Amino acid sequence: MKKFALLLALMLVLPSSWAKEAALVAEDPEIERRMIHLSEDLRCLVCQNESLAGSRADFANDLRREIREQMKDNKSDKEIVDFLVARYGDFVLYRPPVKPTTFLLWFGPFVFLAAGAILLFFYLKRRRRQIEDPALSETQRQQAEALLKDSKGNNA
Amino acid sequence: MMRYLLPLVAFSVLVVFLLIGLNLNPRQVPSPLIGKPAPEFQLQQLQDSDKTLTSKENLGKVWLLNVWASWCVSCREEHPLLVELAKSGIVPVYGLNYKDERDLALQWLKQFGDPYTVSIRDPEGRTGIDYGVYGVPETYVIDKNGVIRYKQIGPVTVEALETKILPLVKELQG
Repeated sequence: MKKFALLLALMLVLPSSWAKEAALVAEDPEIERRMIHLSEDLRCLVCQNESLAGSRADFANDLRREIREQMKDNKSDKEIVDFLVARYGDFVLYRPPVKPTTFLLWFGPFVFLAAGAILLFFYLKRRRRQIEDPALSETQRQQAEALLKDSKGNNA
Repeated sequence: MMRYLLPLVAFSVLVVFLLIGLNLNPRQVPSPLIGKPAPEFQLQQLQDSDKTLTSKENLGKVWLLNVWASWCVSCREEHPLLVELAKSGIVPVYGLNYKDERDLALQWLKQFGDPYTVSIRDPEGRTGIDYGVYGVPETYVIDKNGVIRYKQIGPVTVEALETKILPLVKELQG
């Protein structure tokens, strides 16, 4: 019974002490949420297929700290992104901005789609012409009839 | 004839694009800082903790800023070249000791030689962020007006030194 009471006491006390520890890791849950949301769209340059939010690299840690601090200073998301782009270039963005050097990237697929549609259109048009049964002329029809009659006569 | 030629041409174009893609290095991210003023800093010196160095002190001369750390393996690769370059006296090399511990950094310099006119400490990597550092070692060429003219990502190689860095330094020293 004593053991049970001790266990019960531990169960009651421990979670609350853990909870305090968790609070220390994320001082301000609101900023943490904003930081994670923003850094999901940013590339970690050390491990390039990971986002800043998901990377365990030391470098990502530093940048997350930087973002957190700037958020505490009431910087807007756009200001923070501009800060990072000024240092690391557009490469940190997972969504590249639309500008002359990225036009091909943004609109290239649509150009290919349009080219494909045009090619398909002309291909189908030509194909239909080939498939359509050419109408028989009067003499051809008579020839065919004669042939059919002839073969019937032979079979009989 | 066309029906065989067209796919062949399309395939060849695709192969050319893929070959170009294979030969690009995704680690070589072009720095947006080239042609821009080097970010300012005032940092504690590695050797003499009482002294600081500011970026403004180097105005008027061409200098190299080499980002290094004792934990950085590729730094050992480029280090002999930097020592040699420093001996030649062509251009002063300043070291940015990035996210390192002072004792380890000093010991590292004792072991491998110290090519740096001055090394400054950036233990938390904040100046590193200002300079867009993401993979040590990195080396910047900064001109007399304090503008970044070139950035070497990864270790300095003999080739990079002879074909890019030294010609640029000579041109800038003019």
